[in-house]
Amino acid sequence: MRNILSLKFCLAVASTFIVPTGLLAQDQAAPAAKPASHMESHVGNLTGNSDVGRQLYFRYCWGCHGPHGDGNGENAPYLNIQPRNFVAAVFKCRSTPTGTLPTDEDLYNSLKRGFNFTYMPSWIALTAQERANLVAFIKTFSPRWVAEKSGTPIPVPAEPKLTVESIKHGGELFQKLECWKCHGQEGRGDGPSASTLTDSNDQPIRPYNFTYDNRSKCGKTNQDLYKIFMTGLDGTPMPSFADVVKPEDAWDLVHYLRTLQYNNPSPELTLWEGTPEGKAVVAAKRVKETATGSGFKP
Amino acid sequence: MLDWVSPGMNGVRVRRFATLGYVVSVLVLVLSACSPASAIPAFARKYGMPCSACHEAWPKLSPFGQQFKDNGYQLGNDRDAPIFQQAAYWPIAFRITPNWHMERNENTVVDGAGESQVLATVTTRGFDYTGMDILTAGTLAKNFSFLLVPSSDETGAFHFESVNVRFDNLLGTPWLNVKVGKFELDNLLSEKRIVTLSANGGFYQNYHFQPWLSPGLPSPSYVFGLGDNQLGIEWMGHSANDRTRVSAALLQGTDGNPDFQAGNGNAAGRAYEGYIAASQAFEAGSLGLQRVGGFAYFGQAPTYPQYSQGGAPIFGTGIGNKPYYRAGFIGMWYLKKLDFTTMYFYGHDNVFLATGTPSNLGTDGLPLGAHAPSWNGALIETHYTWSPQLILINRYELIRMKQQTLDSNPGDLGNVDALTFGFRYYPFINTRAGFAFHNEYSIVWNRKVQLSPLTGLPIDQTSSSLFFGIDFAF
Repeated sequence: MRNILSLKFCLAVASTFIVPTGLLAQDQAAPAAKPASHMESHVGNLTGNSDVGRQLYFRYCWGCHGPHGDGNGENAPYLNIQPRNFVAAVFKCRSTPTGTLPTDEDLYNSLKRGFNFTYMPSWIALTAQERANLVAFIKTFSPRWVAEKSGTPIPVPAEPKLTVESIKHGGELFQKLECWKCHGQEGRGDGPSASTLTDSNDQPIRPYNFTYDNRSKCGKTNQDLYKIFMTGLDGTPMPSFADVVKPEDAWDLVHYLRTLQYNNPSPELTLWEGTPEGKAVVAAKRVKETATGSGFKP
Repeated sequence: MLDWVSPGMNGVRVRRFATLGYVVSVLVLVLSACSPASAIPAFARKYGMPCSACHEAWPKLSPFGQQFKDNGYQLGNDRDAPIFQQAAYWPIAFRITPNWHMERNENTVVDGAGESQVLATVTTRGFDYTGMDILTAGTLAKNFSFLLVPSSDETGAFHFESVNVRFDNLLGTPWLNVKVGKFELDNLLSEKRIVTLSANGGFYQNYHFQPWLSPGLPSPSYVFGLGDNQLGIEWMGHSANDRTRVSAALLQGTDGNPDFQAGNGNAAGRAYEGYIAASQAFEAGSLGLQRVGGFAYFGQAPTYPQYSQGGAPIFGTGIGNKPYYRAGFIGMWYLKKLDFTTMYFYGHDNVFLATGTPSNLGTDGLPLGAHAPSWNGALIETHYTWSPQLILINRYELIRMKQQTLDSNPGDLGNVDALTFGFRYYPFINTRAGFAFHNEYSIVWNRKVQLSPLTGLPIDQTSSSLFFGIDFAF
């Protein structure tokens, strides 16, 4: 019995500590990140470490974004929405002005939220620290993160009170700014220019269909929508309107766009449907949706 | 060098095992020259993610994989429904493991000279292969998911390991998901996710243990297996980030077998069983995601069936139900690349079940000195995930009887110690298939379960497995 116990003990110890030294090189097999070898991210009180993020990247991300972060993962050819190219470091969802790098928190929020209607899921199942580590590693792919600093987040003024006038004015801006050319008069993403649009990689890109859901790529809150107008979606045909739209007008536009999402209840839609004009407009859209089947949700 | 002293028919024999560690080390060194890991490759192909996204080491789920499963095999970005897939996409995969293995059973009663019986160490070894799982799973539509797993044993005889449909996010909430059919129990430490494969190490001892009636005489077991897939209906709910998970299931008392048959000639009853589980995860800074939870499996099993005129039991007619239960707590503790899974386990069987006594005989029908047996169990499983490509595995399980079925039994009858260690190495990882070299050693000590034909006294029985396999899925 004593010998058996000795054996058990030794086996237990051996099984825990037998670590073949040849495998120590495995972590080094993945391609080296360029140009920065190490980066940090700062999100709230979290500090992300790219060295740890690297391990996470090669567990979760490389299949689409590629081992070099250039969006050429082995699965990329089969995706009709191309993965982000981290080498170019051009990001759609930012709180910073167009042309600038996003903040660490912007990237962190993108990871946490995912991108609806794309193949990029929400990584909310990861811990906050893991997401911060991934952000830090993503920054090691591009020299931009060495040469430039993140942009300064744009100010987002408090949302004004929701009124029918605000919605109507937003509708006028929708026409005046020619949003309909891409997004269509009813916000279905089927405007006359829609089929011609390409992104910065010359890949076809579709304008957002407001009628389908209330989760836009960059978040579902009114503040998120506001930021899209004022920062633009870099790398896409969606420009920043910061120079041509006043903040109060941008809020009116937000209120109007919410009424286009007539399958998703919102205070804006409720208010708008409460008016004779709004009720007629929304009802007509719903009838049309039924007739065309365009609102079919699989 | 370690010496292993074992009693055998020729007396004390010495076995040297120190070379084992060296063999494992050399194998790993040879295999280490290979790149980024993959369970249901159909999902990997659908979503373009490497298997390592959903599996720490397949089939063991990562938190992301657990959330994906809890969401009904959906990522939740409106690309999950089949309508978004190319028409040619077929959600099907298979898994099988060609292998070489050696099984050694000590203190096995075999025929000796003349008509005598002696104890011997029986060893079998050679090339072999496992059964095969055909895995089909996915969504039928948004928030309607399914899993179908026709599974064969090594001979090619098929059965259905899983057959279920799940209604996800009912009323728009992740707290309301309903699954119907034959399914994996929502167990924090699921045997269907076990990362060891050998004959001795490929299951959790605690999940299948039933007390011995007496030395040399196994319990007249009713059908039960906490690690088995079960037939029934399950409600499951979880928070959006999957940190909080709860479930309750109503199960048919047939251990997952169809047609009200319990298998092994057992008289399945008309009884239902219940299973509940809950767990909570919390973040611990850079250490990772920690999770603690509990479970309870409780039910009743028949003690006798109704018989046909010919004397055969009629399936599904078992009556005289008597209760049993299993309960436990599980913790999953992460220290960066090192993680520990710990479990405390408690089991209790009714005395009629434990003694195989039809309950209609009453207490007078029970053997002299019979008690309702109970026992404690524990498990610690350690993983070191060096990279998504390599995981080292170590597990130790024990079972200690608290109350023997019969007063005449030795106090440690049926006690179990089980040790398993090994590693899985994935020479490549891609978004299409899974491949792993799986190497494992497992040894199980069962106390006093054998009667010596020489002395008539109860003795221990030890069995071990050495397993080298190529585990692949496509």
